[in-house]
Amino acid sequence: MPRLVSHPDEVKIVTSRFGQGAAKIDRYLELGGYASAQKCLAQGPAWIIDEMKASNLRGRGGAGFPTGLKWSFVPKESAKPKYVLVNGDESEPGTCKDHLIFLHDPHAVIEGTIIAGLAIGAKTGFIYLRGEYRYLIEIMEKAVADAYDRGFLGKNIFGAETEATGTEFQIIVQSGAGAYEVGEESALMESLEGKRGIPRIKPPFPAVVGLYGGPTVINNAETIATVPHVIEMGAAAYSAAGSPRNGGTRLFCLSGHVERPGVYELPMGYNLKKMIYEVGGGIRGGHKLKAVVPGGSSTPVLLPEEIENLGMDFDQVGKAGSMLGSGGVVVIDDQTCIVEFALRTISFYQHESCGWCIPCREGTDWLKKSLTRFHAGFGTAKDIDNIQYLAENMMGRTFCPLGDAAAMPTLGFVKKFRKEFEDHLNGKPCPFAKHMEIAVA
Amino acid sequence: MNQETMTLFSPKLAARFDALVKKYPLKRSALIPMLLYAQDEIGYLSDSVVAEVAERIGITELEVRNVASYYSMLRFKPVGKYNVQVCTNISCMLRGAYDLYERFQEELGIGHKGVTADGVFSLEEVECIGVCCWGPAIQVNYDFHDELKPELVPGILAGYRGKSKGEVPNA
Repeated sequence: MPRLVSHPDEVKIVTSRFGQGAAKIDRYLELGGYASAQKCLAQGPAWIIDEMKASNLRGRGGAGFPTGLKWSFVPKESAKPKYVLVNGDESEPGTCKDHLIFLHDPHAVIEGTIIAGLAIGAKTGFIYLRGEYRYLIEIMEKAVADAYDRGFLGKNIFGAETEATGTEFQIIVQSGAGAYEVGEESALMESLEGKRGIPRIKPPFPAVVGLYGGPTVINNAETIATVPHVIEMGAAAYSAAGSPRNGGTRLFCLSGHVERPGVYELPMGYNLKKMIYEVGGGIRGGHKLKAVVPGGSSTPVLLPEEIENLGMDFDQVGKAGSMLGSGGVVVIDDQTCIVEFALRTISFYQHESCGWCIPCREGTDWLKKSLTRFHAGFGTAKDIDNIQYLAENMMGRTFCPLGDAAAMPTLGFVKKFRKEFEDHLNGKPCPFAKHMEIAVA
Repeated sequence: MNQETMTLFSPKLAARFDALVKKYPLKRSALIPMLLYAQDEIGYLSDSVVAEVAERIGITELEVRNVASYYSMLRFKPVGKYNVQVCTNISCMLRGAYDLYERFQEELGIGHKGVTADGVFSLEEVECIGVCCWGPAIQVNYDFHDELKPELVPGILAGYRGKSKGEVPNA
């Protein structure tokens, strides 16, 4: 069972019910649950969308798109049914926050889904979890069944009206079966339609043509679980907890070479150096920080000197040349071989590329081959430029962001650690111990 | 096919599938979960599983195979009764996942996608399983084990070996 951690700097909003038995519906109700959905039912769609816009909540999946704005794009009238889709495919290496949300607060996901449905006028929501999360799927299914039993889901939710005039909302929990790519919104829709998770070309965007061809809002599970809290505390108060244009808090997954890894809920804009040294307890084993991947494996690596004054929000991390991404902060110490780290990163994207777009399919494959050869000591000086050239030519040339997700970190490693690549040249053995044996002492 | 008499699946699973195809706006949406649940019961996607799922969804066997081959959890070959999946992705790697994976290989005497002779265990190096803050981590079938060290490997395997006694291996 994943261990819960705590730090005084945390601002517990989304995690406020963690460890309190809130997966049980009675406990969730005791802790104020489902009041936000009922309030939204009374207030109506325009009010909900205004609140969400004012909250400055931005998508927690990685792109950071403003949630209220996304919801406002869904046409009011539609010949086809509209849908809400919750993305719980959590697969970006370094990211394990949704895992805890499903485990500790499944009803928050349900309540957020209902609110999103009310906002856009959908009658059906899907909560899609990665197949590996079977025990969490079972927790979600139980929570959904309990919500139906109480009348929070169904033909006339919360018994607000008669069955004929009441508001209908259904939720289906769906299992994936192993595919990082399906975390991309259009690929997830394909998967839900029983197909290979190949991304769709955009436009049209999901808000207009999404699942089953109907207007669809798709949000990350953390975003959705945040929604009831925004309603409960009010948009202004939620927004004030964060930094400018970056409302509220975020679940940061601190992993790798820190003394106290774990998922911490910190205000948007929290200083990254402080996060590593104070919240995470510093670098383990008394080693030095070498680099940090700030937002999941697809985000470009940052050097110690780049994090001195770096606030962790979408805009500041973007300005620093990386991305806030999915909240996966992977800390790397000075005993680590960056070439091997780059190789492991690209191996993942090579494995997960669906092969639909040639730059991604070929690019990830050649990058893996080059880096494998390079790390084994058979690289030449020209390879370093070739790795960079390959990655640069993948950028922006694919249907979905997987190609970029593979290219961006590679470019970061090559540009910022060129000397370390050069240290592997001409048959020189990797200067670091194999497989970084430091960790398990 | 008369599914009541000819289904490959247990009555409970067959009933679940009957309900599953009615749940969605489009029948085919049941395909991926159906394949996974079928695999959980039968052990892998055998020819007859593919045929029955195709029949239940109303698509061709080829379409079923085409979709199934995309998803890393779905397989066309049997694995051990306990499929040990070791995550070696970045967060787990930094915490010693490769040492852990090596220890599993030594203890089991098999490599990536190998199956032990008695069919009790299989081993797989897998991509991120969403346990990054508690790495290195593994999944044995659907059970997570986190914050592992190589010296814990024999105990984990002994636990599953004990569980498997008296039962017929899936393979």
